[in-house]
Amino acid sequence: MTALAHVPTAGGSPAPPPPVRRGRGRLLPYLLLLPGAAWLLVFFALPLLQLAAASLYDPAGSLSTGYAMTWAVGNYPDALQAYWPQFLRSFLYSAIALVLALLMGYPLAYAIAQKAGRWKNLLLVAVVAPMFTSFLVRTLAWKTILSDNGALVGLLRDVHLLGPDGRLLATPVAVVLGLTYNFLPFLVLPLYASLERLDPRLLEAASDLYASPLRAFGRVTLPLSMPGLIAGTLLFFIPATGDYINAELLGTPNEYMIGNVIDSAFLVRLDYPQGAALSFLLMAAILAIVFVYLRKAGTEEVL
Amino acid sequence: MRQMAQETPAGDLRLADLTKRFGVFTAVDDLSLTVPQGAFFALLGASGCGKTTTLRMIAGLEAPTSGQVLLGDRDITGLRPYRRPVNTVFQSYALFPHLDIHENVAFGLRRRGIRQVGDQVERMLALVQLQGYGRRRPAQLSGGQQQRVALARALINHPQVLLLDEPLGALDLKLRRQMQIELKRIQTEVGITFVHVTHDQEEAMTMADTVAVMNAGRIEQLGAPADIYEYPATAFVANFLGQSNLLAGEAGGHAGDEVLVTAHGARFSVPADRARLVDGPAFLGVRPEKLHLAGGPDDVPAGHQHVGGVVTDASYVGVSTQYLVRTAWGSELSAFTANSGLGGRLAVGTPVTAHWDPRHAFLLPRAGGEDDQTTPLLDEPPVGAVS
Amino acid sequence: MKVRRWLADRWVMGVALLVLGYLTLPIAVVAGLSFNRPSSRLSYDFNEFTLDNWARPCATADMCDAVVRSMEIGLIATVVSTVLGTLMAFALVRHGFRGRSGINGLIFLPMATPELVMGTSLLALFVAAGVPQGFWTIVIAHVMFCVSFVVVTVKARLAGMDRRLEEAAMDLYASEWQTFRRITLPLVLPGIVAAALLAFSLSFDDFIITNFNAGTTVTFPMYVWGAAQRGIPPQVNVIGTAMFGIALLLVGASSLRGRRARRAALAVIATPAGKP
Repeated sequence: MTALAHVPTAGGSPAPPPPVRRGRGRLLPYLLLLPGAAWLLVFFALPLLQLAAASLYDPAGSLSTGYAMTWAVGNYPDALQAYWPQFLRSFLYSAIALVLALLMGYPLAYAIAQKAGRWKNLLLVAVVAPMFTSFLVRTLAWKTILSDNGALVGLLRDVHLLGPDGRLLATPVAVVLGLTYNFLPFLVLPLYASLERLDPRLLEAASDLYASPLRAFGRVTLPLSMPGLIAGTLLFFIPATGDYINAELLGTPNEYMIGNVIDSAFLVRLDYPQGAALSFLLMAAILAIVFVYLRKAGTEEVL
Repeated sequence: MRQMAQETPAGDLRLADLTKRFGVFTAVDDLSLTVPQGAFFALLGASGCGKTTTLRMIAGLEAPTSGQVLLGDRDITGLRPYRRPVNTVFQSYALFPHLDIHENVAFGLRRRGIRQVGDQVERMLALVQLQGYGRRRPAQLSGGQQQRVALARALINHPQVLLLDEPLGALDLKLRRQMQIELKRIQTEVGITFVHVTHDQEEAMTMADTVAVMNAGRIEQLGAPADIYEYPATAFVANFLGQSNLLAGEAGGHAGDEVLVTAHGARFSVPADRARLVDGPAFLGVRPEKLHLAGGPDDVPAGHQHVGGVVTDASYVGVSTQYLVRTAWGSELSAFTANSGLGGRLAVGTPVTAHWDPRHAFLLPRAGGEDDQTTPLLDEPPVGAVS
Repeated sequence: MKVRRWLADRWVMGVALLVLGYLTLPIAVVAGLSFNRPSSRLSYDFNEFTLDNWARPCATADMCDAVVRSMEIGLIATVVSTVLGTLMAFALVRHGFRGRSGINGLIFLPMATPELVMGTSLLALFVAAGVPQGFWTIVIAHVMFCVSFVVVTVKARLAGMDRRLEEAAMDLYASEWQTFRRITLPLVLPGIVAAALLAFSLSFDDFIITNFNAGTTVTFPMYVWGAAQRGIPPQVNVIGTAMFGIALLLVGASSLRGRRARRAALAVIATPAGKP
């Protein structure tokens, strides 16, 4: 489960760092940084290097006989060839979920920030509340909600939106709904933070200057909420693309995403080179999308 | 362990060749001055002139690049802030938000290991008229009350020098007036040396015995407020402390106990004891309230000097009317006329003669190429104006 | 016309409430299922009301063991990551040093890396180094991904603190240590507490990274994952509901301590996502 809050300060320029001290106290910052930085180097950066190495191991090896480093670059095209549908599905599902989340999350964040008045804090707690309980238990609750015998499916069958044998569980719809649900708060919180700073008088000024509500939104609200929107979409998209819990619990192997494949490569099939290659492909693809997105959005402030 | 500075005999505060550079920027430039013990001393200047940096070096919050800070015979330049018998009232007050008023005021005493603080705190709160506020938090007090807590928190330590960094800047005008009187009263009562930093010339003049006008890291002029106002040393001081009409001219040597000046084709004179120079480019200065308007050259009183012009603007500000008079060579002079009589106001376009008593004029050095200087009307309300 | 205006003013709030319903529905379902006597082990449908699950939450012993283990791991990971992260936050806000951008990158990257990749890379490292996986490898992994969040949370609080308060303390005869002890620490403490709570909740609920590094150790999320294949005991919903209730109580308690505390708590929730 990712965190409530992922993003370094979005918007506004931070205070300049303090100058480098000379003499007395010069070593202090390094001593303060040492344990944490060492932990991150050894248990975050070094493992990434090890993963990179593992992705180039001889695929003929096995966990019991050991792997030989043969710089097997071919692992990458092989993995892609075998699992490109799951790869594509990961990005497709998370993209659809992102669109749904934006349609739901923007009005929610806007209402809390600008319209809620004294209910603001209560509504904010309601957004965060789902995270107070276990991610897996909540996802399992969707199994009950979407169940074939449940009220929702019954209703949809009655109004003929689903056929008499139509179902929601174990379909792509369930997986996308689950993704949307699980990561929606990560989109809403940063968006709320930037909409909360929006001065409502700006909208009054816009309407005073002949802007229709739609135009005022497009020209004032949306641009000013950009930092939160960018941070929120990244916070949503990165974990959603790498997720495999929703596909596993709410879908079938036909809905499996790349995460499911990587999980089984490492824990079931014990094919480390392939799992490592797929992990790196996933990370590279996400980083590439993030990079292009930030370039297009015209701001690198959020990173 | 160095001993606490309290044990040394009290004395004057001396800054010797004090310099502070931040990178290439020189904030304080070779500053030397002496503040006599018990004085109320004001450092006056615009923001960025180095006055706050000077104050922070006295407090020990900033280390000077070179130079010394001396208290009596003692060099305190290298002492940490908590080893100096100096306390500060910060601009934003810097009251500790997590401690109540009592604990804020007692903070300094407790840090020095004094256990029985109750009586002293009560007495100090009484001095600043905040009895009964001890259990409140800073956030529950008004700006003026917070300011008084900050003062009490510093004074309770009986420092040899109290530093005040724009202590009244955050208060509204009326409260500021009240606190000015209050601060002055307390200073007289406790007899501690006050060093007060401000950008408000009026505040400096009403409170301090001695004012130092700072500009670009240097002291432009130092003296009693009235002396500085009546006889400024530089064009900067003449315009920073009140307003001045400065006519660009050339000083042309002595004639008896007067210095002759030529400006814009006319000849004027200034008493020798009001001239900062005898020869060379000069400004002839007259304060607007000392510039009088007459109907024509014939109405000018004997001994006064005059220039002719036309009224271009008249602003009624209650106690006085402020006029702009355009001279024949195109510069504008400002003149304030007290609204004490029944006479009507001069209409725009009226030809007038502006005249002054030469004993009110002053002569300042001028950098070659500088032209006439007049502060625009109503840029800053004159002392005593109804605002 | 009047109706149109009314609608124009209210529709955003209406949509917002619907979305909130979507967000809270599963919790209501979890709470409901905690009172359910399921018809079979693999059924997720509501069958019959019962208080048995709440009366005997540890009827399935494995599950309670897993909860206890998650708490142990969560507490250790919280203490270690809070200490490491707070020290780093102080260095970043209060000190100048060379290599600042490198350190910032090292702190930011774990938050931008998919958990899956962090999990698999740690697994690759532990396997290559021949480290047996279990309780302590989980702790190591949890500290690793919690540190960044602690740094960000404490940093926000520290950066928002007025430096003049410390100068004022030094001016009032407090030495460096006394200033830290009497002024800095009390003022930063709410940020540190918030960071610790965040770290604990991240650790307690983590599944993906744990899944790759647990060996045979079973945490609560691991237990739920395994049980999802074999059939979920209804007591899982009791734990889920209880967690929710405790967290809600904590929020409620902080709001009872006054408006300021509540606003601080909410600010902390939203802070790292935006500027305070």
